[in-house]
Amino acid sequence: MRLRPSAIVMTLYLLFLMVPIYWLVNMSLKTNAEITGAFSLFPRDPTLRNYAVILTDPSWYMGYVNSIIYVVMNTVISITVALPAAYAFSRYSFMGDKHLFFWLLTNRMSPPAVFALPFFQLYSSIGLFDTHIAVALAHSLFNVPLAVWILEGFMRGVPKEIDETAYIDGYSFPRFFVRIFMPLIASGIGVAAFFCFMFSWVELLLSRTLTSVNAKPIAATMTRTVSASGMDWGVLAAAGVLTIIPGALVIWFVRNYIAKGFALGRV
Amino acid sequence: MDKTVNNKAWLLVLPVLAIVAFSAVLPLMTVVNYAFNDTFGNNEFFWAGLEWFDEMIHSDRLHAALGRQALFSAIILAIEVPLGIFVALNMPKKGFWASFCLVAMALPLLIPFNVVGTIWQIFGRVDIGLLGRTLSGLGLDYNYTNDPIDAWVTVIVMDVWHWTSLVALLCYAGLQSIPQAYYQAARIDQASRWAVFRYIELPKMKGVLLIAVLLRFMDSFMIYTEPFVVTGGGPGNATTFLSIDLVKMAVGQFDLGPAAAFSLMYFLVILLVSWVFYTVMTGMDRSQSDIPEGM
Repeated sequence: MRLRPSAIVMTLYLLFLMVPIYWLVNMSLKTNAEITGAFSLFPRDPTLRNYAVILTDPSWYMGYVNSIIYVVMNTVISITVALPAAYAFSRYSFMGDKHLFFWLLTNRMSPPAVFALPFFQLYSSIGLFDTHIAVALAHSLFNVPLAVWILEGFMRGVPKEIDETAYIDGYSFPRFFVRIFMPLIASGIGVAAFFCFMFSWVELLLSRTLTSVNAKPIAATMTRTVSASGMDWGVLAAAGVLTIIPGALVIWFVRNYIAKGFALGRV
Repeated sequence: MDKTVNNKAWLLVLPVLAIVAFSAVLPLMTVVNYAFNDTFGNNEFFWAGLEWFDEMIHSDRLHAALGRQALFSAIILAIEVPLGIFVALNMPKKGFWASFCLVAMALPLLIPFNVVGTIWQIFGRVDIGLLGRTLSGLGLDYNYTNDPIDAWVTVIVMDVWHWTSLVALLCYAGLQSIPQAYYQAARIDQASRWAVFRYIELPKMKGVLLIAVLLRFMDSFMIYTEPFVVTGGGPGNATTFLSIDLVKMAVGQFDLGPAAAFSLMYFLVILLVSWVFYTVMTGMDRSQSDIPEGM
């Protein structure tokens, strides 16, 4: 069999993507003595000690719990408010709709660094500092616009005749929306939820600024503990590997829609 | 799709409006407040007018950060867009390997930003990293913590690793929407590979490519976490980009006035680019609306 050039290109590219991740996994299975002492491509004496450290110490694993709590809260909030809005944008034209849509887009594009300090003051002054809901609300700054955009893209693909037929059949708007319309765009809701999950999960600047102890995300736990205990490379690598897993698990379900989501529903 | 005119649709938009106004407009007003006032704490404010804007526009520090930022974004686009197109053209079209490639390529996109930084921090270290160790084994004097050039190369390679897949995935979706008949027609015309790319594939990818370029431009323009974790903005100020400088100014030194003025100008640049993006995109939506959708 002849080796196709495209297969070679893809193999090289995927290698480029995987080698740094492999190195992280490799380090997470080594002891610190082996990491700093000997240089080896494979862990000579694979150990799960680093994972054990994380999974038995509440100050570590609570970071994951906190992250998951605010990510889920954010996803639920974003999708709930975005659904009716996306329907309005896809079906009706109303006063100022184009300007509103543009204004939403600018929030997706605004640098989190601009908002870090004002958010800190806003949430401190209303007593929400260091709570999960504060991070969830802060992340809706970019996730709500994103969800509206993605859902609107999917809703445009549903013919308007379906709405009209349902109204003729005597469905009220809420009943039609929940019983007929939402199942039709189920994949769109899934994709939008995935993207909200993802962008809330990977964001660090805002979640770190808005939390100190009780709602501290895993990403922030990593940076702080490392500087305090003087570079425990193995545990750091293990914590990194554990943050990759949730994304890797859900990615399979949306693989065919990833591009559409990134294109804000416009492919 | 023709839309019904109905101003009651505002009611459906209200929840979004409320939540985004709370998390966007309120904080932005705080920034505006700081930008035009001077404060010594205790919630006492003194009108400063355009003083901070004047100071920031003439600040060498800001100019330097802006220059580094522009250079960074330009290099990122120049590498990631052609590479992304190239990878998309070589991806398997269907079957198990297509799914496999999609999942594997999307993986870096789902890693938290600071873990991306950590991965490359470890990977590039001369003492324990595969990359650093290999390069120094080859006799290269590589050390991203001391040498500005090495730091830049590391940050750029990291960004290419992190985000090229996004460009590739978008282009791949664009390519998938090309009907087979187009390729058959090209084969009958005996078109060269280049002609197929130039006259069939590139025009079909135009829409997604525009989105890819603008997403990459904006996200690289506000990059913060990854270079911060790897280099901390150093050595010296070599990799201090706009966001890093802004956070340093606002949170580190508590120069709220200048930082706020800086934020507003930063925000205006983003606003301008978003507007161009939006106008071009809606224009394209309109001209393509007679073509059936779907990927």
